[in-house]
Amino acid sequence: MSQTSHTPTAGGDHPRPSGAVQGPQPRLRLATYPSLLAMPALLLLIAAMGYPLLTVTLRSFSDPAWGLQNYVWFFSTPVNVTVLLRTFSIAAWVTIVCVIAAYPYAYLMTAVGPRLRLVLILCVLVPFWVSGVVRTLAWVILLQDSGIINSVIRLFGFDGVKLIRTQTGVVIGMAQVLLPFMILPLYSVMRGIDLRLVQAARSLGARPARAFLQIYLPLSLPGVFAGAIIVFILSLGFYITPALLGGPRSTMLSTLVQSQVLSLLNWGRGGAMGVVLLVATFVLLALAAPLMRQRHKQASRS
Amino acid sequence: MRLAPFRILLGLFCLLVAVWLVMPTLVIIPMSFNEKKSLAFPPSGFSWQWYENFFTNPDWLSSFFNSLRVAGLVAVAATLIGTLAALGLSRMKHSGAGLLRAILITPMIVPGVVLAIGIYAVYLDYQLVGTTTGFVIAHTMLAIPFVIIAVSASLEVFDVRLETAAASLGADRFTAFRTVTLPLIAPGILSGLLFAFVTSFDEIIVALFITSPYLKTLPVQIFTSITRDADPTVTAVGTIIFIATTLIISAGLIISSKSTRS
Repeated sequence: MSQTSHTPTAGGDHPRPSGAVQGPQPRLRLATYPSLLAMPALLLLIAAMGYPLLTVTLRSFSDPAWGLQNYVWFFSTPVNVTVLLRTFSIAAWVTIVCVIAAYPYAYLMTAVGPRLRLVLILCVLVPFWVSGVVRTLAWVILLQDSGIINSVIRLFGFDGVKLIRTQTGVVIGMAQVLLPFMILPLYSVMRGIDLRLVQAARSLGARPARAFLQIYLPLSLPGVFAGAIIVFILSLGFYITPALLGGPRSTMLSTLVQSQVLSLLNWGRGGAMGVVLLVATFVLLALAAPLMRQRHKQASRS
Repeated sequence: MRLAPFRILLGLFCLLVAVWLVMPTLVIIPMSFNEKKSLAFPPSGFSWQWYENFFTNPDWLSSFFNSLRVAGLVAVAATLIGTLAALGLSRMKHSGAGLLRAILITPMIVPGVVLAIGIYAVYLDYQLVGTTTGFVIAHTMLAIPFVIIAVSASLEVFDVRLETAAASLGADRFTAFRTVTLPLIAPGILSGLLFAFVTSFDEIIVALFITSPYLKTLPVQIFTSITRDADPTVTAVGTIIFIATTLIISAGLIISSKSTRS
């Protein structure tokens, strides 16, 4: 164990085993083809994810008859387009709220002593200790018209705000669920930032705001990007929170998919909606992946 | 110090964020002792009736045991398959490793509902709706990415030269793996096991589609009872889960701190 802790961590890059390590003659096929070890996982993935997704895609083109009619229907029905756009706008709002809340929080995590840091980390992890559905119920309790948030608002002499069954309520609830996915990557990036760079900028006469904007912020951006992409993509597929906290005017795409399939038994239309959601997710991921990689390179170079 | 007001502002803001994070968890606990059948806050009176209801109502109890059974099976299956995959990935040298890893992690990103209708469609064809097998297959697939990530993280800091050293001292590959690698990556495997258990125990979207009156998991029971009527039993269940998790995590922390000290 002590050997591992003595390995130099200078670059943070552990050298992967190279050809030289392969010294002893491999006797097992597993040793020559390590990818075989991943086969059970891959087979299960194909059976339990690939095949179902293929079925959905096929039905979107073939139910009730072959053709593009389900997609034509989807994009020519105003309600669907509204919901699609709303799904993206809610996801964007959730991402923005998460960035604004997580950035100072993650920064504070790097700036305080170990004891307070433990408390801050616990606050991030405690939400995971209660099942997701229960947490959404808690938001119903908090957001309802006679709930705590409205009581506090009235305490200060303002009128109550309609939160439950509104988009604001959905965003508040979703952002709370997704906040840890923003805080944790941000924290891991911020922890690696060399604060002496900021000090150097300060000693060269930069004012705090400028030192922050020119040195710290650019160095922390990889964490912001990583967190924002995870949060955005996860919000696109959210189902439980909007279903319980939202009203008819804050329906998201997932709810439409569900009602097409379970209530209307319309597999073709539900499938087409699902495919739209799936394609949107993967297009975003494909667009974001090179961006994230590039930012990472820039950060490690400087 | 000129920075003082800024620091106070930062502290206050973060306090607000912390309250926002923790409040939903904490609000559940007082609600579970509510005397009235309502979800109005603050609760009035004190009673154990919702706990009583949980432990006596067959709907709640059977769904709880269903969830335990499914999550237990999933934890074992996903840990086994996921650990093998993580080991394979860490030993792959060519560029395929990155692609394979990305593919194996996709269940985390695919929108839940899309996956759920697909699995539902397939399960209808194969009569797997409402069966333990069906639940275990779907949840294992969903849990494997978490195991791969957890085990990969501990393999990342594992020094491969240790295995080579064991081999040079005469251990065959399996012995070297069993006596050197396995103990060192055990914490990763254990946290993978926990993640897999929680993933299954907490999974709702796929479960809502493949459930049947004969096989309901706890989240499904919670969801239906929330949507049907404002049943405060849910808050009792939430409190029980919260306390159980706290106990497990504290026990884990105590054990790990003892083992590092010795």
